[in-house]
Amino acid sequence: MKARIITRQKLCPDIFWYEISAPHVACRFQAGQFVIIQVHERGERIPLTVAEAHPERGTIVLVFQVVGKTTLELSLLKEGEEIENCVGPLGNPSEINFFGQVICVGGGTGIACLLPIVRALSAAGNEVISLIGSRSRDYLILEDKIKAVSSSLFIATDDGTRGERGLVTDVLERILEEEEVRGKIQRVIAIGPPLMMRKVAEITRPHRIKTIVSLNTIMVDGTGMCGSCRVFLGKAMKLACIDGPEFDAHRVNFDDVISRLEMFRAKERLAWAVYRQQLEARQMEIKTKVRAKEGTASHD
Amino acid sequence: MIKIRGQRVPVRELSPEQRIKNFSSVPLGYSAEEAVAEARRCIQCRGAPCEVNCPIHLRVLDMIRAIATRQFKEAFFLLKEDNPIPAITGRVCPQESQCEGVCPLAQDGQGINIGKLEAFIADWARERGIKEEIVIKERPHRVAIIGSGPAGLICAYDLRRWGYQVTVFEALHKAGGVLQYGIPAFRLPTEVVDYEIALLEEIGVNFQLNFFVGQNIAFDELRHKYEAIFIGTGAGAPLFLGIEGEHLKGVYSANEFLIRVNLMKAYRFLEYDTPIVCGDRAGVIGAGNVAMDAARCARRLGAREVFILYRRTRKESPARVEEIHHALEEGVTWMELVAPKRILGDEQGWVRGIELVRMKLGEPDASGRPRPIPIEGSEFVLELDTVVEALGTTPNRLFLKHAPELAVNRWGLIQVDEKLQTNLKGVWAGGDAVRGNATVILALGDGRQAAAAIHRVLSPEKLG
Ligand SMILES: Cc1cc2nc3c(=O)[nH]c(=O)nc-3n(C[C@H](O)[C@H](O)[C@H](O)COP(=O)(O)OP(=O)(O)OC[C@H]3O[C@@H](n4cnc5c(N)ncnc54)[C@H](O)[C@@H]3O)c2cc1C
Ligand SMILES: Cc1cc2nc3c(=O)[nH]c(=O)nc-3n(C[C@H](O)[C@H](O)[C@H](O)COP(=O)(O)OP(=O)(O)OC[C@H]3O[C@@H](n4cnc5c(N)ncnc54)[C@H](O)[C@@H]3O)c2cc1C
Ligand code: FES
Repeated sequence: MKARIITRQKLCPDIFWYEISAPHVACRFQAGQFVIIQVHERGERIPLTVAEAHPERGTIVLVFQVVGKTTLELSLLKEGEEIENCVGPLGNPSEINFFGQVICVGGGTGIACLLPIVRALSAAGNEVISLIGSRSRDYLILEDKIKAVSSSLFIATDDGTRGERGLVTDVLERILEEEEVRGKIQRVIAIGPPLMMRKVAEITRPHRIKTIVSLNTIMVDGTGMCGSCRVFLGKAMKLACIDGPEFDAHRVNFDDVISRLEMFRAKERLAWAVYRQQLEARQMEIKTKVRAKEGTASHD
Repeated sequence: MIKIRGQRVPVRELSPEQRIKNFSSVPLGYSAEEAVAEARRCIQCRGAPCEVNCPIHLRVLDMIRAIATRQFKEAFFLLKEDNPIPAITGRVCPQESQCEGVCPLAQDGQGINIGKLEAFIADWARERGIKEEIVIKERPHRVAIIGSGPAGLICAYDLRRWGYQVTVFEALHKAGGVLQYGIPAFRLPTEVVDYEIALLEEIGVNFQLNFFVGQNIAFDELRHKYEAIFIGTGAGAPLFLGIEGEHLKGVYSANEFLIRVNLMKAYRFLEYDTPIVCGDRAGVIGAGNVAMDAARCARRLGAREVFILYRRTRKESPARVEEIHHALEEGVTWMELVAPKRILGDEQGWVRGIELVRMKLGEPDASGRPRPIPIEGSEFVLELDTVVEALGTTPNRLFLKHAPELAVNRWGLIQVDEKLQTNLKGVWAGGDAVRGNATVILALGDGRQAAAAIHRVLSPEKLG
């Protein structure tokens, strides 16, 4: 199914918010699920979490960061243009129950993935403490949206330009020791870069707080057919696309998850470099054409 | 009329040196002259063992007779009546254990090349745009088909010809099942598969791609919306050995390896965006068709040495003879009576080798083949930088999870009665979802049989 881009927004220098038409996804979506898209016929299939669904409009929202060729290509599409293929919702929905007090930790684009979960947890009556973080103020996304659905919000940036200076995981570490929350947190949910999620797992382990992470493994089909997304919980092999994407953080072998993300790095860099060159060449061509036109114009 | 004559007309092929540089079809197919010459060798024996031994009882003799007398069009229509996808089965059927295996001429290795004749006729018609005229008398009944592999496609084709409103749901972005994502283009060119699917679209079969039944629509809801359902979801979930080292970079399931290459066209990386990494020395565990396909893909992706690692011997290999032959010609090394114990990696998490143990053959096991037994103390390490596990596949548990009321056996294969009906009213199933790892022709046969059963139930008046 083709998916038309209804609205396109740049949230920060490298993160975009796309509302796309995908009625089949919108009507079935539950917090925590993702789609797999293919920008064009020759493109790669990449998974992106659904940040919002609007069944009444038949649309979903994808928030993505430009990290390689596919996301760069996606970021260059304009409103009204189409994404060739979009399949979903895939993966299991998040477990949404009344837990009591819950902490949600989001880093980078993970904040967008967290949004529907925070929303659903709050709607289920939980007291949700959200911790979000990024490099600096300009890279912090969806602060207002998260704030609107959280009981309280903490922010951390690496350079201290917004909220506290430091990492969200530092904030988490501190909060867990605070009088009002110690021993009361029923669950921690963390979505962000794998290193952040690993750190969260390390922090919550001694507190014995059930901790859930959403793993961003490399995927192809997203339906359990290829095994590319396999992760290891102790010795047990699980497929992130159909058994996850959320797993018990205290059982995930993060070293393998992080290592496997590098499997295609050399090729990804090559694709990126070649594509950038093509883009530059195209821009040069346009410039020369414009100049040539201006040249003739000034002659008459 | 026609007497036994001489040798099989050889099939022209790309040379191994040419082939390993591209993904073009290896057999070049018969020319009209060659096909006629080959057809003329047929002795039209009584009892037609080839037809008896064909799972769908294709009228082989009639087809061959028509080719021998250059009535190609007649041959095509006749073929098409029995088998809607001859261009495909002609290329992928295990002929040596079906039609060709029982040809009386096969005793001295000169059996009629039925597969290549079948493919010739189908290609001849396709190249000339010759198609059957299908007149459709519309019926109001809606039928849903889950999965677009050969079972689903044939079921859709028959039901649509009889006038039903047919929708095929497919999870991937391209239809065809294994024909599209699994079998490589050098065996089954993509345009051959695409052509058959385009024909289905032309007669009005509706394809809903990017649609996973269960995730996109509840199975129950689908049952309410359609009067009959055929499940042809295949057995596409990969099996892993469960040994140490499977997390390493450079280890693939054959499914991932082949999906990247075939469906995503990773062998044309930069033109296409999906990457694949294949090192210099690749080991493929297993020795079926899937293993041969993976090994031959690895050669084409630039691996200098490719090993087939098999715990039994060549005699027990379930692969088509032609595939083994082609793999060996292309320089694949056959290493038998070895079983993997663990995969070894380096500090960066990349595969560096595999520890194997030598095996010997013991008493026959449940499959009737001698059971391989490890020889203690015979372990050794083979250096590798790519490992592909081709151990077979199982039914997709994601679909089964969404259809818990469907009766399955302990391997997750859907249980059906002799008419392919499941335990649920209005739901039939066939192909690999029922049989496990089987063949295209059996899937095709199931699709047909289920279509007939559905027709009988939805339009009982027609059959009197
Ligand atoms: C369930 C899930 C949900 C995700 N949700 C989001 C999201 O909401 N927003 C977002 O920005 N990103 C999300 N990601 C990550 C996103 O899929 C990758 O950033 C994207 O695939 C990168 O593609 P690329 O071609 O631009 O970059 P590449 O140059 O191909 O790769 C850059 C890095 O992205 C990862 N990656 C590459 N290919 C894939 C692939 N096919 N599948 C998964 N990861 C890959 C690798 O670590 C790689 O090193 C999600 C991943 C998963 C598994
Ligand atoms: C690499 C390889 C090589 C092979 N070589 C040969 C050969 O040479 N000769 C031979 O005869 N056989 C061969 N086989 C076996 C043969 O391909 C299969 O037996 C045959 O394709 C089975 O057909 P099927 O229609 O049952 O399912 P499949 O071809 O497996 O198709 C099933 C389809 O259903 C889709 N699907 C699954 N679940 C859902 C859902 N819930 N909703 C929507 N869609 C869904 C899948 O995406 C898939 O496309 C080979 C198999 C492989 C993997
Ligand atoms: S993405 Fe293929 S099995 Fe999960």
